[in-house]
Amino acid sequence: MNPFTDFFATPQPLEAHAPVLMVVGPLVAACAAGLSPNGRWAWVISVGGAVFAAWMALALAGSVAREGVVTYALGGFAPPMGIAFRIDALGSMFALLVSVMGVMAALVSGHSLNAEIRTDKHTLVQAGFLLCLSGLLGITATGDAFNAFVFLEISSIASYALIATGAARDRRALPAAFNSLVMGTIGATFFVLGIGFLYAATGTLNMEDMAARLATLETSRAAQAGFALVVAGLGLKAAMFPLHLWLPGAYAHAPTAAAIFLSATATKAAIYLLARFVFGVFGTDMAFTETFLIWVAAPLATAAAIICSAQAIHQTELRRILAYSSVAQTGYVLLGLATGRIAGLSAGFFHLFNHALMIAALFMAVGGLARRGSGRTLSDFAGAGLSAPWTMAAFGIATLSLAGAPLTAGLLSKWMLVEAMIARGWIWAVVAIAIVSLLTIIYAWRMLEAVFFRARPEGADAVREAPPGVLVPLWALAIANVWFGIDASLPVGLAEAGARAVTGAPP
Amino acid sequence: MTPGEWLIVFALVLPLASALAAHAFARAPDVRDTVTIMAALALTVVAGSLVLRTGAGAAPALTLAEPLPGLALAFRLEPLGALFAAMASALWTINTMFSIGYLRAKGDGRQTRFYMCFALSMFGVMGVAMAGNLFTLFVFYEVITLASYPLVTHAGDAAARRAGRIYLGLLMGSSVMLLLPAIVGVWFIAGSTDFTQGGLLAGKADGMTASLLLAMIVFGAAKAALMPLHVWLPAAMVAPAPVSALLHAVAVVKAGVFTLLKASAYIFGPELIATAPAAQWLLWIASASIVIASLVALTRDDLKARLAWSTVAQLSTITSGALIAVGAGVVGGGLHMLTHAFGKITLFMCAGAIYVATGLTKVSEMRGLGREAPLVFACFLAASLSVIGLPPFGGMWSKFLLITAAFGAGQAWTAWAMIVSSTLSVVYLLPVAIHALAPTPRSEAVTRPTGSGSPGIMVAALVLTTIGSLGLFFLADAVATFLAPVTGAAP
Repeated sequence: MNPFTDFFATPQPLEAHAPVLMVVGPLVAACAAGLSPNGRWAWVISVGGAVFAAWMALALAGSVAREGVVTYALGGFAPPMGIAFRIDALGSMFALLVSVMGVMAALVSGHSLNAEIRTDKHTLVQAGFLLCLSGLLGITATGDAFNAFVFLEISSIASYALIATGAARDRRALPAAFNSLVMGTIGATFFVLGIGFLYAATGTLNMEDMAARLATLETSRAAQAGFALVVAGLGLKAAMFPLHLWLPGAYAHAPTAAAIFLSATATKAAIYLLARFVFGVFGTDMAFTETFLIWVAAPLATAAAIICSAQAIHQTELRRILAYSSVAQTGYVLLGLATGRIAGLSAGFFHLFNHALMIAALFMAVGGLARRGSGRTLSDFAGAGLSAPWTMAAFGIATLSLAGAPLTAGLLSKWMLVEAMIARGWIWAVVAIAIVSLLTIIYAWRMLEAVFFRARPEGADAVREAPPGVLVPLWALAIANVWFGIDASLPVGLAEAGARAVTGAPP
Repeated sequence: MTPGEWLIVFALVLPLASALAAHAFARAPDVRDTVTIMAALALTVVAGSLVLRTGAGAAPALTLAEPLPGLALAFRLEPLGALFAAMASALWTINTMFSIGYLRAKGDGRQTRFYMCFALSMFGVMGVAMAGNLFTLFVFYEVITLASYPLVTHAGDAAARRAGRIYLGLLMGSSVMLLLPAIVGVWFIAGSTDFTQGGLLAGKADGMTASLLLAMIVFGAAKAALMPLHVWLPAAMVAPAPVSALLHAVAVVKAGVFTLLKASAYIFGPELIATAPAAQWLLWIASASIVIASLVALTRDDLKARLAWSTVAQLSTITSGALIAVGAGVVGGGLHMLTHAFGKITLFMCAGAIYVATGLTKVSEMRGLGREAPLVFACFLAASLSVIGLPPFGGMWSKFLLITAAFGAGQAWTAWAMIVSSTLSVVYLLPVAIHALAPTPRSEAVTRPTGSGSPGIMVAALVLTTIGSLGLFFLADAVATFLAPVTGAAP
């Protein structure tokens, strides 16, 4: 059974070129959006580009489920001369996630940009969004290390611009964008230096070849230095604790549509690349990979989850709570990856998938409401549950999922994570997860209590329901959170297949 | 689908439908209240027929969904669960009568939300009662916590919200930090979380592992209010009387001890508990909890607070039953769950009826009130006798079973703790009714009660539960026989 091709068939020529069309589609759409006469047109192009990318990602997922690995030589030049796209189960899972979240963000942007950004800038914002989407999809598709760097920078630079456009609503977006730019560029520099070292050590940029040649180079200083630089660079991009300081401001002050898209996809693509390098290119057979996972990744992931959850409790602005929560939840994902075992990787990828669903829904609900009245702090949202029941009910579902309440996807990924930790023999990690769960419940409950159980203060602006254009994608995400809490076979299957594919374990 | 499966579906759908109906008829209070009572009554019938089927040796089962491979949202009836479901639904019916009287007499403005949350809590209770594995039990356990939170904070003021934070923080925190990891641990060891006759972990886990898991489950199910995780229960007394009556004497707290009884009988099994070193320690903690809570109850002048502390003591008695490594402990615990429910709900309903009629909450102010409400205080006296464990009320048999089980298992300390606690409960419960009924004149300092007595429907409700307590005196043997298969004995 193939869940992706059972329902509809993609025409053969399209399916054959899906890997590249998925990336080129949004790229072409970006140019079109930038040149389009007004924001309305740009929005239509943006939605079209994102939907096309999602369609291609779906077709690709079908081929991957059927064939295992899809290889596509760009321009017909076979590697090592040409650049190859190589999509395995993990890549197709991320491509699907990124592109679907892209569609969600594009849909919402039609309304949220009108409220937040001057009309004459809309075409450029949409172009930036599509560029970012194209870059992120490129990351998931490429099989070439340097090409990965190029796509990472396309998406990053586009994202700095997107964050900065939040300045119209909130001036703090400018320093936030500047911080992201500086930190992101440092990360990119480390990454490209690391790739340089690896190229020097192996003489290839193709990740598959690189992996094969590195197997004999465990003691090579160049390979070790390359590993350290790549990990540090990607750690910055993935906001791995303690390299996360750029992230809370960026998510909190970016325009709503950008916050939705970036929180659900950008750091996740960096985590994908990190997993690709650590497990795919180097592999856990290497002594220094294992050392890194146990002594660096696991402690830092735990620290991130605990410290950032505690910081989230003390935030007064709703969006900042969500931003810190994102770093903490990324800690969960990294903790799963740090086990270096299939079970842990599956749990990590599954949690990453679920977190994308939650955080996108949360930013969507907050943004959907905030545009109707001024709203930043928690008390600005007091009593919103009564005046905007539909928006806030979805918000509530996503928050419960974040807290790991039963019958939501959040509980299942936490379950798998705890199981993976027990299997790995890391009882301390189980304790850490328990503590983080408690902290998560506390800040989740602060949000729920404010929204549902506190009265609207006298004289505050009325809160009105988010428009239908926001409500529909919002509820799609909320339902997904519940759906995958009751039947998680699809994401768990994808995550497990991905974990096996990236570590080279037999399916 | 077989009739048994249909019954399980009905037991889950009826409370949900009741919640929706309460919302739909928010503008027609009479319709809304009638529908709620009818749903509760129907649920009682469904649960009753589940009891009959289980008594006949059938085990209706149903699997709803399978979120992860091997991890199913599944239901399976056995005597303990059937008893819990029947008890909770019957008392829900009676409590709804009481709620209608209480909320209308107080002119409450949030009645629809009240009935909805109440029905959702009952949905959780049914799920817990019928759960076929620990995972399902956990899921519905959390549903109860979330659905009962708005009831605890019903008053909506700052004090209620503070109490609500303690309630939610403690219950959710403990369950997520201890219960959930313990369940995952069980799953990891046994490859399943199904409730299995004789104990799922028997032969699979050693004494130390079982100790750790047992301690995590006993404290993780904080609804059982074992010290020091009992704090939420006295705090939850800010809730209106019907909530204290059903949720904090019957549904929520009993869901906690029910979890422990199920874990003791079907996850660990008596042999494994006997070899687990922690069981002894936990039993001592439970015994201490019984005595300390009884002593604290003595010092409380607020009637509901006194009753809450008494509940803490009685819950620890049931917890002890679950931890005594003999089958009789579990049967005694199950029986005590039932008799205490009938006794304590009556006491809380009396407290509510007094409050509605007079506005009084303190024991010291109730002197001589008995002449104005003789029936209420007579019921209070009867229920007190049942909770203390005196004939002719059901509470006597369950105490008797538990104390003999404790002595039989060589746990003399626990047995004596139960005896001391019974003695103390004589001191803190009986004077309330006796002083109220005694022909001493009311002291001048106390203001005359206002209002025109409590509505008849409230008094009818508490009379019904008193009759129930009386009836259990004669039915105790039947219930114990019904529960016997839990321990592996033939029914």
